[in-house]
Amino acid sequence: MNILVCVKQVPDTTEIKIDPETNTLIRAGVPSIVNPFDTYALEVAARLKDSIGGSKVTVMAMGPEQAKAALKECLSVGADQAYLVSGREFGGSDTLATSYVLSCAVKAVEEKSGENFDIIFCGKQAIDGDTGQVGPELAEHLGYPQITYASDVTFENDTIKVKRENDEGYDYLTCPLPCVITIVKTPYEPRYATIKSKMAANRAVIPTLSAEDLKIDTTMCGLKGSPTKVKKTFTPVREKHGIKIEDKEAADAAKELVDMLSDAKIL
Amino acid sequence: MGYALMTDEQRELVNLLHDFQMKELAPRVEECDLTGEFPMDVHDKLGELGFHGMDIPAEYGGCGFDEVTNYLIREEFGMVDAGFGFSYTLSKSGSSTVIRYGTEEQKKYICDRVLNGAIVCNCITEANAGSEVTAMRTTAKKVGDEYILNGTKCFISNGPIADVYMVIAYTDKSKGSHGLSLFMVPKELGVETGKHENKMGLRASVTGEVIFNDVKVPAKNLVGKEGEGYRNILANLTRNRILNTSIVVGTAQHALNEAIKYANERETFGTPIKNHQGIQFMLADMEQLVQASRNYLIYGANLLQRNAPKDVISQVAAGAKVFASEAAMKVTTDAVQVLGGYGYMREYPVEKLMRDTKIFSIFEGTNQINRMVQGRAITKI
Repeated sequence: MNILVCVKQVPDTTEIKIDPETNTLIRAGVPSIVNPFDTYALEVAARLKDSIGGSKVTVMAMGPEQAKAALKECLSVGADQAYLVSGREFGGSDTLATSYVLSCAVKAVEEKSGENFDIIFCGKQAIDGDTGQVGPELAEHLGYPQITYASDVTFENDTIKVKRENDEGYDYLTCPLPCVITIVKTPYEPRYATIKSKMAANRAVIPTLSAEDLKIDTTMCGLKGSPTKVKKTFTPVREKHGIKIEDKEAADAAKELVDMLSDAKIL
Repeated sequence: MGYALMTDEQRELVNLLHDFQMKELAPRVEECDLTGEFPMDVHDKLGELGFHGMDIPAEYGGCGFDEVTNYLIREEFGMVDAGFGFSYTLSKSGSSTVIRYGTEEQKKYICDRVLNGAIVCNCITEANAGSEVTAMRTTAKKVGDEYILNGTKCFISNGPIADVYMVIAYTDKSKGSHGLSLFMVPKELGVETGKHENKMGLRASVTGEVIFNDVKVPAKNLVGKEGEGYRNILANLTRNRILNTSIVVGTAQHALNEAIKYANERETFGTPIKNHQGIQFMLADMEQLVQASRNYLIYGANLLQRNAPKDVISQVAAGAKVFASEAAMKVTTDAVQVLGGYGYMREYPVEKLMRDTKIFSIFEGTNQINRMVQGRAITKI
């Protein structure tokens, strides 16, 4: 199985503070991490690789030179090779332009290696933009089937089995390959790097793919290729929804609920 | 960690350990402090990451780290739990006397066992032989191809959970320190363990009695020659003085971090207490002590790495050990002071750091013994 995982380097939002005067993010000094949903996608890919002999996991990120740090992180936890897609032409790309660039990069890597990817994984969304659009748009650009919001993927009897959580339970889906699958938080945690894998990743040389390498239509990427215009950003007002009753014993919790409902004259 | 001179590789390693510890160990620290148990599952997971090999040379399948990297790893361990860090690192570095003085067969044996998760412990102290090592009573009598070990060791770190015991015993009492020999004794030869100590701090590290009752040890398990045991463990003690004390620098750094955090949050007289000079000066003094301790010990680690003359290393190791352990006691005590009443409460982390720190002035040679070592060395003409 030849697997690709698309990742994004994002600011660690748990460390982000908001400037109380301008209401904008203070990005200075904020460490960068691999988008957490992408780390789950990589873990799903690495587990598939472990279960199917002769498999390979490639990671790809679009971003500035510094994004190589994120790719090295991926190389230490299951990825076999990495590509950085980088260039001035790509700056300011929205999701449509980004997914277009990535689709060109997929084709360029396939052409270079002479091997096509069987599955392309993405995290369900990046924690900085939270759009959740790049994965599905990438599938559209490539003309591949897509399954979104998967929590696990296994390979049984020559077909992929994709588990997707919904409000009532789980869906089990399958689709022909090649395909694009976006991943939510998995029931398992991503593996730790080992000392050896970390040191090897640190020494790895990561090739950069430029606009020229991708033979890309530069009017379709960067600011020029981005129809999205940001009108304003704001912090959403948090509304209180519901009450959570957390008692150790179910009977105590039930009693508390009945008391509350009767106090509110609902019962 | 507050050391800006790490190489990229060192930083990666420290970050790897930091992330692991925050996820796997930090949530368990309070429980281990209460129960006095060593979290063996965390030990095993560290093995999966490759840390069991941190004191093993690359040619025997280990990491082959330099001594400054060994320092940095230990300081990071000390940031989260000194007890676990001490126990864990000691369980691997216990192999180092064999790696230095053992036969090829012994080296392969100990490296293989440590890489596969064995816990090694050093057995020196006895009820009546602490600072005065030669007052020990444990004997190893040679009978045919075996030595028969008899005696009881006490306050042995990792004693109750160890798989391999590095034991020092008299092969010839009449020769004093030149009659002491070192043995590598796997538990399965019949080592028994006794009383499990209930300690003030460092509680995730288990400490106890180790009993040798006619334990038959094959002669091939003698490490070095007969009578060289004392000299060889002294060399190892010097290394331990530098590397084990590294842990308490992490503990002091943790205490300082907690004090700074609190001083930013807590307000009195209309301003965070960090703006009061009384607190600000305390924090500055704490930073100086932590940074000075770190750099004194890293100087020692560099001397170890470069195989500096023994008397130079031993003098620096003794001094750095005294300085860093006492600095950490002052820093952790002052962290409790900065947090005030809250600092004294078990709900807050700093009182534990103070308890964990005290032992570092006592073990690896009391600070009095270490002052004596350093004082004698520097006054020689």
